[in-house]
Amino acid sequence: MLAMNYRGPFRVRADQKPYPEILHPNDAIVRVTRSCICGSDLHLYHGLVPDTRVGTTFGHEFIGIVEEIGPSVTKLKVGDNVLVPFNIACGQCAFCKQELYGNCHESNPQATAVGGIFGYSHTAGGFDGGQAEYVRVPYADVGPTIIPADMDPDDAVLLTDVVPTGYQAAEMGGIKKGDTVVVFGAGPVGIMAAKCAWLFGAGRVIIIDHLEYRLEFARNYAQCEAYNFRSLEDPVLFIKKTTDWFGADVCIDAVGGDAAGSAMQTITGRKMMLQAGSATALHWAINSVKKGGIVSIVGVYGPTDNLVPIGNVVNKGITIRANQASVKRLLPRLIEHIQAGRLDPKGIITHRIPLEEVADAYHIFSAKLDNCIKPILIPPTAVFNKGGQTSWKIQ
Amino acid sequence: MENSVNENDYSHIKGWGVDADPTNEPTHPMKKYTGDDHNRINWVRPELQPVTVEVLHSNERPNVTAVFGTVAPPSGLSGAIRRYAFKYSESSYGHWLPLLLADRVNVVEGIFDDFKRGHIPNILAEKGWKAELKHNPKGLAQKVFVTAFVTAAAITWLRRK
Ligand SMILES: NC(=O)c1ccc[n+]([C@@H]2O[C@H](COP(=O)([O-])OP(=O)(O)OC[C@H]3O[C@@H](n4cnc5c(N)ncnc54)[C@H](O)[C@@H]3O)[C@@H](O)[C@H]2O)c1
Ligand SMILES: [Zn+2]
Ligand SMILES: [Zn+2]
Repeated sequence: MLAMNYRGPFRVRADQKPYPEILHPNDAIVRVTRSCICGSDLHLYHGLVPDTRVGTTFGHEFIGIVEEIGPSVTKLKVGDNVLVPFNIACGQCAFCKQELYGNCHESNPQATAVGGIFGYSHTAGGFDGGQAEYVRVPYADVGPTIIPADMDPDDAVLLTDVVPTGYQAAEMGGIKKGDTVVVFGAGPVGIMAAKCAWLFGAGRVIIIDHLEYRLEFARNYAQCEAYNFRSLEDPVLFIKKTTDWFGADVCIDAVGGDAAGSAMQTITGRKMMLQAGSATALHWAINSVKKGGIVSIVGVYGPTDNLVPIGNVVNKGITIRANQASVKRLLPRLIEHIQAGRLDPKGIITHRIPLEEVADAYHIFSAKLDNCIKPILIPPTAVFNKGGQTSWKIQ
Repeated sequence: MENSVNENDYSHIKGWGVDADPTNEPTHPMKKYTGDDHNRINWVRPELQPVTVEVLHSNERPNVTAVFGTVAPPSGLSGAIRRYAFKYSESSYGHWLPLLLADRVNVVEGIFDDFKRGHIPNILAEKGWKAELKHNPKGLAQKVFVTAFVTAAAITWLRRK
């Protein structure tokens, strides 16, 4: 089968790989119909995540059709159209029982600090991901969710990560009606977080980035204010000024370890790898939030450590909330939001690229070429069956 | 002095737990608090995936998890470095720095592997140069120019010595 194949930092290709096998009674094999490239994949692509092994396949955002099921699978049958949350979760450990599906204790032997994630290095369990024609899906009775018949597959694929992550970013912000919420990062996740902040009653939503085309997009899509940090002398000072010298009620870090904006952070974090990525956005978030405010982090950092002004966290009495999104916990509510038209995930998809051209797709998304917001990959075997008809095309 | 273990009896502490409020959980609402954390040795593990390849596991847990990925098991020099890294906890540089080193060694092994299979990797294509050419021709031209200039300068300088 055709699959993305990681060869080293900034080097990927589409290759033939063996068809995945059922390795556990609760496994399923899913034929992928769409998969996305995520900002998280860029940390792998840039070589920032330890134990990213050559020859592995990335991809944690995918939907598909159940092709094969293991003997203990009861909730799925062959032919079901499913969306597969990016977290691999057993559903029965102490963490899963408390709906912390991103923190499962039985899906990642290599690290205790993170649960299993599809196609996200051996530090997240060593699973091959969904940027392929077929993928092995463990705990098939837990994560995979049947796509509602009336749902657009483009919406469904974004429910595997981007929508829940953006929503949880806002939720963790503990937004009170009227709050000023500042979102750092106008990528898919930040844009979704800005959009969802309104659902929690935000009074003002501000998004910060340095890519003009993304700011423009966010302004329209999330109906929020958008500012370019390159044209603000100091983003922290700007936020203080615009909040009557108070600071934002809630700051969201939707950037993570690939942040730009501070030479010192970039050199120590991304070039020399003396820290686990550059922590510029988190630094700004901590310093721009009000005293007693909340900083919500969904941006991904590596496992070692980062330079952040922790003294200010103490002195300002800031609450930090962070996690990998618990996709399965949020799905029912998010499906309602989509069906009610409150969220329109597919609106952020800008690129549809055949899996064969995965190298170009990664480069476009990483280098932010061609006004790319969110690219999706279409495997050659993908045929999305809707009412017996083949209902999609590569545009 | 021995540390005392109370077996859930806090009757000697006046007021213990009177203000406990499950909704005042730092992770609320992300976590639906059920108390399962404290019942952790009583839950039933999922069925275990048979271990058919070498799987390294964090020394912060006693065993491999019930499921795991089987792709790219440790091999060669990078594999040896990874095995060494797993002697250290996730809290230690001794774990992560060797893993990053192993990743770089693995890239070189990957190129040899390609050759062994009779495949010459097209590194430019793997880096997405086609997309660069299409969407950022100026940037690409600049990169080519700078590389050519630096190479030419280096050659001239070496020749002069
Ligand atoms: N916690 C989770 O469950 C989860 C899930 C998905 C993604 N993520 C993480 O969320 C982050 C964003 O993902 P994405 O897909 O939107 O990625 P992306 O790379 O498309 O977007 C990141 C954006 O941040 C901008 N940026 C860079 N430096 C900045 C700074 N200092 N201030 C403000 N903006 C800055 C970039 O220009 C870019 O537009 C990544 O770190 C990703 O790993 C986390
Ligand atoms: Zn993702
Ligand atoms: Zn679990």
